[in-house]
Amino acid sequence: MDDLERRLKEHELPGGAPQATLTSVAQRAEREGLVDVAYTTVDSPMGDLLLAATPFGLARVAYPLNGFDSVLAELARRLSPRVVEAPARLDRVRRELDEYFEGSRREFDLPLDLSVASGFSRRVLEATARVGFGELASYREVARAAGSERAVRAAGSALGRNPVPVVVPCHRVLRTGGGLGGYTGGLDKKRFLLDLEGLEV
Amino acid sequence: MTALPPFQAVLDRHGADVYRYLVASVGPVDADDCFQEACVSALRAYPELRHGDHLRAWLFRIAERKVIDLHRTRARRALPSDDLPEQSVSDRPAHASTDLFDQVRRLPDKQRAAVFLRCVLGTPYGELARALGCSEPAARRSVHEGLTKLRKGAHRWTTSSVG
Repeated sequence: MDDLERRLKEHELPGGAPQATLTSVAQRAEREGLVDVAYTTVDSPMGDLLLAATPFGLARVAYPLNGFDSVLAELARRLSPRVVEAPARLDRVRRELDEYFEGSRREFDLPLDLSVASGFSRRVLEATARVGFGELASYREVARAAGSERAVRAAGSALGRNPVPVVVPCHRVLRTGGGLGGYTGGLDKKRFLLDLEGLEV
Repeated sequence: MTALPPFQAVLDRHGADVYRYLVASVGPVDADDCFQEACVSALRAYPELRHGDHLRAWLFRIAERKVIDLHRTRARRALPSDDLPEQSVSDRPAHASTDLFDQVRRLPDKQRAAVFLRCVLGTPYGELARALGCSEPAARRSVHEGLTKLRKGAHRWTTSSVG
């Protein structure tokens, strides 16, 4: 390497684009209808949450245990690779979640995009969405409401894959004997939510 | 072949270097706009890619197109003048500049892109060839020719400034 090449290499350049520029990119992309999946991360009393929405509605709520990077990679694969950190689309979700955690909201009024779930899984999620604040249901009851009382295990696994936990309240679904069952974000999160709703299990 | 990662991941990974490349190529004033244009164009085209290989070179190629667009716009806007350097995408007039990057900016497009990507950002030749849309030997040649011109230019500058 001679002097010229050394001078080129050592020439001062900024570390990267300023935050304002990156924000403008996201806003412009959103305005031009190029953001198929918008996401943001928020902090909550339960720790960080990843929120993602399509133009149709909320498509994903994820816990750190799910691995945010792998959740985003899955959204890219299953919905669209146009996944952009564009927090504005999640403002309403964020606000309703804040109210829920503060205790001033008992049900969510949000459009959902459950297109990743179909058939029985989809019906299980819809049945679970009808279990109200502070109520409990069993996996069997949810399976029955979804049209197949014997498919208890399938109902459990559909809830394990619930793309929008908290908002579709799979934490309110327990084992028939009252056992806690499983939870997508870890059992400590399920306990936290049940506790928040004044449920003793 | 790898699946397409989330677009944001591509931007998080390579955006900083693309921005640096644009600052080098068009100067800090226009880099911001070029960067936004490049990102939006890339996002628009993204789902049409068949796989997630060579995304960095792909992104640089889009950025380079924005540099050339800007260059053309400037050329159209500029008043006809004898002392305007033919290939300049520099913000400042040629004769006033001692800045090394300004000299690179006055190279022909391909040499300019090759010198910035190779010598400033350390791009490997395989990736450089993809970014420039040419063969690897042609990419090497562009770097070499660019550097040769710069050395001559630097020499001329030194002698004229002394003389």
